[in-house]
Amino acid sequence: MEIAQIATIASKEFWDRIRNRWVLAVALVFTAFALVIAYFGAAQQGSVGFRSIDITIASLVSLVIYLIPLIALVLGFDAIVGERERGSLDLLLSMPITRLELLLGKYFGLAAALAFSTIAGFGLVAIVLSAKLDLNALFHYAGFMLSSVLLGCAFLSLAVMLSVFAADRTRASGLAIATWFFFVLVFDLLLLGTLVVTGGQWGGELLPYLLLANPADVFRILNIFSLDDVRVLYGLATVFPRALAAPWLLGLVMLAWIVVPLAIASWRFRK
Amino acid sequence: MANTSRTPNDAGAPLIVAQGVRKHYGAIQAVDGVDLHIRSGELFGLIGHNGAGKSTLFKMMLGLVPATAGEIRIGGALVTGRDFRAVRRTVGYLPENVVLYDNLTGLETLWFFARLKGVSPAEAAPALERVGLAHAARRRVREYSKGMRQRLGFAQALLGKPRILFLDEPTTGLDPEAIRGFYAMLRQLRSEGVTTVITSHILAEIQERVDRIAIMTAGKIQACGTVQDLRDQVDLPLWFSVRVSEADFEAVRAALSHLPVDAIEAHDDQVRVRCRREAKMAVIEALARLDGRVRDLTVREPSLEDVFFGFSD
Repeated sequence: MEIAQIATIASKEFWDRIRNRWVLAVALVFTAFALVIAYFGAAQQGSVGFRSIDITIASLVSLVIYLIPLIALVLGFDAIVGERERGSLDLLLSMPITRLELLLGKYFGLAAALAFSTIAGFGLVAIVLSAKLDLNALFHYAGFMLSSVLLGCAFLSLAVMLSVFAADRTRASGLAIATWFFFVLVFDLLLLGTLVVTGGQWGGELLPYLLLANPADVFRILNIFSLDDVRVLYGLATVFPRALAAPWLLGLVMLAWIVVPLAIASWRFRK
Repeated sequence: MANTSRTPNDAGAPLIVAQGVRKHYGAIQAVDGVDLHIRSGELFGLIGHNGAGKSTLFKMMLGLVPATAGEIRIGGALVTGRDFRAVRRTVGYLPENVVLYDNLTGLETLWFFARLKGVSPAEAAPALERVGLAHAARRRVREYSKGMRQRLGFAQALLGKPRILFLDEPTTGLDPEAIRGFYAMLRQLRSEGVTTVITSHILAEIQERVDRIAIMTAGKIQACGTVQDLRDQVDLPLWFSVRVSEADFEAVRAALSHLPVDAIEAHDDQVRVRCRREAKMAVIEALARLDGRVRDLTVREPSLEDVFFGFSD
């Protein structure tokens, strides 16, 4: 494997997103949402202004869990199929580059753009709030940013996989939207529905493991378990065994969510 | 780095060799047993209907599609083998209907491909100049016309001074003047020792411009050779147009009556004569004996298109 070839593809993808202001737009969206949530998140309770980092992170988690998977899927769905459709895939593959190098270059370049806008967007908010945050709060917030990046990377990996399998861009976009619906909206409902219908007979034991089968849930658990104030607010989180909630373990699960779709994409791309 | 230095005695040696090449997609035989030798320094045309398998063969020669059976070597090395990077650095490719990146400038496009090819970015500007795009180097590809995009794609193929160019329908979107300039550039490259493999739908365009042609139908090479070789093989009739006054029509008929002529038709001020190739010289001699009565004479050889349909029908 030649790292230089991966870097060439990755840097093109990254700078494309910088130049067309994609990174800037996404970072601004994150900053705006985070500031609004930090200052007005407690408006329902009749007060305005920044209160606690735990509450802010909890609200941000609920937002990010919808937003980041969507952004990552939109970013990555045409990575390969787009090149194929415009006829430039054959040209790229006629270069002294392997298919794996091309795939990884695409992934790393897009992941860097997503990570950069996530960190810039939420990081700006951390700077604005820094006067009100102690070290512990900053640590939690950094954990939230890191897990947001991982969440984005996991869904980006799924998007790139779809873009290898899809026959054309239209179908790839359809698959991307279906993926978002499934993991973000349907998955938890299905689990809960199964629990309720079977009166907890089926799936109760398995539930924590089934949650790991969804990167969005992994992200939620990663953030909520670290926040004592918030853990009790979440029904699902209370049935989750502490042992499974170790950040390093959840981090590994997230990594698997990044590596496995990419590995499947690479296998398919070589055929 | 591309190796462009060639010793005179390897001119004409096979550079691209395909042996027993097959490609199946399920039950479909896209390429069905192709043997092909393309010589060093040759301008080689590959023609065929859509779906005849020429695009697949093209991609197999580039190493983009693995063969189901058989092998393809460039300069002795397998195109999909261990040395594929070295092979690809000697090759330039222009895919059919390629859409390059709209958001990059012409120069940035070439920098990107130069980096991938392991070529100095300093080659980008001269490559643009060679295809006549120096003035648009810093404009975004979005603003390029179709012809300019095609030339940019060609400049990309020239990066790294390749020994071999694979050009798939390269003149699509070019106006007649640009097409002429394009083939002039190919001849210039040939004189520098570059081997070119080209496909085109416009047979009239390539028939006088390539050294040899392969005709592909249903995954097989039906014929391969110079345009004249192919004419000989398919043995199509020739047409003579003889301009004479109406009063001399019968004299022409009489002069040709003893010759193996297939048809004689009279139109306005000319007689059209169809005959086999073997009779060509005898017909010319018979007409010459008519002294000043023949005002003009043209011989129409079967075109590449006629030859092509002769093989593929």
